Amino acid sequence: MAANVSEFLALIGDLLALIGTFFMLVAALGVLRLPDLFTRMHSSTKSATLGIGCVMLSAAFHFRDLGTVTQALAIIFFVFITAPVAAHLLGRAAYLSGVPLWEGTLSDELRGRYDEITHELTGYLSIPLPEERR
Amino acid sequence: MQLTLAFVMLTGAVFLAFIRLVRGPSLPDRVVALDLLASLSIGWIAIYAIATNQSIFLDVALVLALLAFLGTVGFAYYIAKGAMSWRQT
Repeated sequence: MAANVSEFLALIGDLLALIGTFFMLVAALGVLRLPDLFTRMHSSTKSATLGIGCVMLSAAFHFRDLGTVTQALAIIFFVFITAPVAAHLLGRAAYLSGVPLWEGTLSDELRGRYDEITHELTGYLSIPLPEERR
Repeated sequence: MQLTLAFVMLTGAVFLAFIRLVRGPSLPDRVVALDLLASLSIGWIAIYAIATNQSIFLDVALVLALLAFLGTVGFAYYIAKGAMSWRQT
C-alpha cells in the first residue's frame, strides 16, 4: 500500500516536471516570436513563472521531506511575489524610454499622460479618453 | 526518461531565449531575455536536483531567483534614469 502511494507521488512529480518545462519552452518561444517588447514581457513573466511553480512542486513531490518541501514552497512564493514587480518596473522603464509598440496595437491609453521630464502621471483629468474607449 | 525529455525541452528554451538576447533590438528586450534565462536556469537547477537526488541544489535556485530579481530591478532603474536624462537634453 505504501509502495503504491510512493509510486503515485513520484508519477505526479514527473508529470509536474514535464508540464513545467513545457510552459518554460512556451515562454521562450513567445519571447523569440512575439512582435513587441510588451507582448514578449507578457509571455516571459506569466508562462515562465507558472513553469517555475510546476517544477518546484515537482521537486517537492520527488523529495517529500519537510525541509525540501518548505524550501520549494518558499521559492514558489518568492518568485510569484517578485516576478510581477520586476515586470512592472521594466515595462514602465521601457515605456518611458520610448520603446516602440507593435504597429497593430489598438489603443495606447498612456499616450500623452506622462510628464516628459519628471515621469509623473499628470494630466489624466484634462486629456480625454481615446476615441475607441469613449 | 521523463527527466531526459525535460532536459531537452529546457535546452531548447535556453537556446531560443539566447537568440532573443543576441537579436533583441532594444536594451529592454535583452533584459527580458536575460530575466527569462535566469528563470530557465532556476528550472534547470530544480530538474538537476531531482535527477541527481540531491536536494541541496535547491538552495542555489533560491539564491539565483533573488539575484535575478535584483538584476532586473537594477536594469529597470538605470533604463528609467537614462531615459530621463535623454529627454531633458
